[in-house]
Amino acid sequence: MASVQFNGIVKKFKDNLVLNGVDVDIKDHEFVVIVGPSGCGKTTLLRMLAGLEEITGGEILIDGLRVNELHPSKRQIAMVFQDYALYPHMTVEQNMSFALRLRKTDKAEIDARVGEAASILQLQPFLQRMPKQLSGGQRQRVAIGRAIVRKPKVFLFDEPLSNLDAKLREEMRVEIAKLYQRLNATIIYVTHDQVEAMTLAGRIVIMNKGIVQQVGSPIEVYRKPANLFVAGFIGSPTMNLLSGKLSLQGEDLFFSNGDIRISIPPYLLHDAKKHDGREVTVGVRPDDVLVGRTGEKCSDKVEGVLEVCELLGHRENLYIKAGNTRLLATVEAFFDRSPGAAVSLCFNYKNMHVFDKATEKRISE
Amino acid sequence: MLRKITRWFSATAEDASAVLRDPIQRAKFFKYLAIHVIIISTAALFVYPLLRIFSVSLRPGDKLFSTDLSLIPDGATFVAYASLLRDTMFLRWLWNSLLITLATSFIGVSLASTAAYAFSRFQFPGKKAGLILLLSSQMIPAGMLILPLFLMIMKLKLMNTYLGMIIAYSVSSLPFSIWILKGYYDTIPRSLEEAALVDGTSQVGAFWRIILPLSTPALSIAFLFNFTTAWNEYLVARVVLFSSQQYTWTLGLFELQGQYITQWGMFAAGSMLVTIPVLCVFLYSSKWLISGLTLGSVKG
Repeated sequence: MASVQFNGIVKKFKDNLVLNGVDVDIKDHEFVVIVGPSGCGKTTLLRMLAGLEEITGGEILIDGLRVNELHPSKRQIAMVFQDYALYPHMTVEQNMSFALRLRKTDKAEIDARVGEAASILQLQPFLQRMPKQLSGGQRQRVAIGRAIVRKPKVFLFDEPLSNLDAKLREEMRVEIAKLYQRLNATIIYVTHDQVEAMTLAGRIVIMNKGIVQQVGSPIEVYRKPANLFVAGFIGSPTMNLLSGKLSLQGEDLFFSNGDIRISIPPYLLHDAKKHDGREVTVGVRPDDVLVGRTGEKCSDKVEGVLEVCELLGHRENLYIKAGNTRLLATVEAFFDRSPGAAVSLCFNYKNMHVFDKATEKRISE
Repeated sequence: MLRKITRWFSATAEDASAVLRDPIQRAKFFKYLAIHVIIISTAALFVYPLLRIFSVSLRPGDKLFSTDLSLIPDGATFVAYASLLRDTMFLRWLWNSLLITLATSFIGVSLASTAAYAFSRFQFPGKKAGLILLLSSQMIPAGMLILPLFLMIMKLKLMNTYLGMIIAYSVSSLPFSIWILKGYYDTIPRSLEEAALVDGTSQVGAFWRIILPLSTPALSIAFLFNFTTAWNEYLVARVVLFSSQQYTWTLGLFELQGQYITQWGMFAAGSMLVTIPVLCVFLYSSKWLISGLTLGSVKG
């Protein structure tokens, strides 16, 4: 297995700047998920690592070796493509052994490795079938098997589950997690699905518009989003973001947007005087909007009207309007109020975030 | 037995009346009827001249100009076939044609398959202009190319040679083959080649191991096109070849047409015999003309 370094990676398609100085260090045996919206450059970054896309600027190192000019076949990587990319004129077994046959590996060794991968992925009954005779999930397993038999330095997964239905995606997600535990390999996994990112990753790289927004463990990016983009992108349902202004009254700092006025405690923002008059965005996750409850670290009360209730099973989404401000709260199921009822709520300070409106960067602790 | 037949007819009549009662089924029935009438009459139109030639080839010498329309004429004989093979250089002409045609087809398809790959997969200056140029060359009537071809082949000192013919034929059928193959390559997902590159092949290896095996339907069509065009060509052969030893069958059969007498029996026999190689090639290549080769490769 190997480490991977992206140093100041730039990619341009004619005049279109797709990646703008990407720096990421991926350690040996690490499972890193690159996540971001469509068109953020995540797949391009992966393809550049695979050698399928030219690098405009910067350098990529695998195990300390610069691979910018190295042919894909020499990089000792294996890639699982979004659309499987199985060779349709070959059986499952031939697909899986293709790379080994190219390297003129010993026949017994090929059989052993294919057999091992097939048993891990439960593909033994399908080894003599053609790809068109397999279901979507089986094809994806063959694509993963093709990567496993090579014993590469780095595994690359390019949105491997995006073509599967919800149930199958869940199953395959667990399979990939188990596979990682078993192989303990360096895996770089690209997805736009934050659930995959949160559940699989050791570390998440969040990208937007060709720039790395934040790198951190799933809990870090969830609990301490570095900027407004990360705050809005990670977490489902999305975070409530309230634009307003900070003002100092006496020693206390207050946030107000016309409808909501809450105090901002010093442990959230130090040096209150410095922030007086600052335009900010306050972020609170729906789980941290406490309806009809108070707590030790709870903000001032906010009065609102319940607009819609969405029962999700064990949880319920409440859409609340406070003046002209819309808020989403997620509470335990079977909330006993009907739409139109007045509700009182507060925000959990423990997980409240304050972002500068101009720079969009996090300024709270 | 009679009862069985009666039962079958009454069952069919019942089915037919049931079909005709349902408006959707009725529309379908008339649509298929119309399609079949068109197909059968077109087939008859194409087959009839062939049958007439076959009939003429079997006629004894004294009945060549008979107006009798029977397929197997009175006193049918293979004399025309025998004398064609015995008294003329027909087998030699056939061999010349086969050699030139096969070489043309293999060279044409090889060149076209690689050129089409470049046009399909790579970006290079003049790509679009090149494609349009290839297409526009197909709009020039073959007759207009005779003079430049003649001059080129003469300058290359390849007059009256197989090579001269092979070059002339391969070059003229190349644009069509390139377009056919490029169109087909465009439908093959790029991720297959990329997977092959990551698996350890070179670009050429990916073409050879992945793209070519998947392109057999298009390669067969290009091969058939090259084969039939070269096999039936007369005009270029007339200009390039001048000794009867080197003649292709088209020129050879024309030899049989004398100033005062044309040996129609042998002419017809020759025409029948030359269809055999083309038929064989068509029948053999039909197994490659299967669609859906890339099914299952990518999510579809």
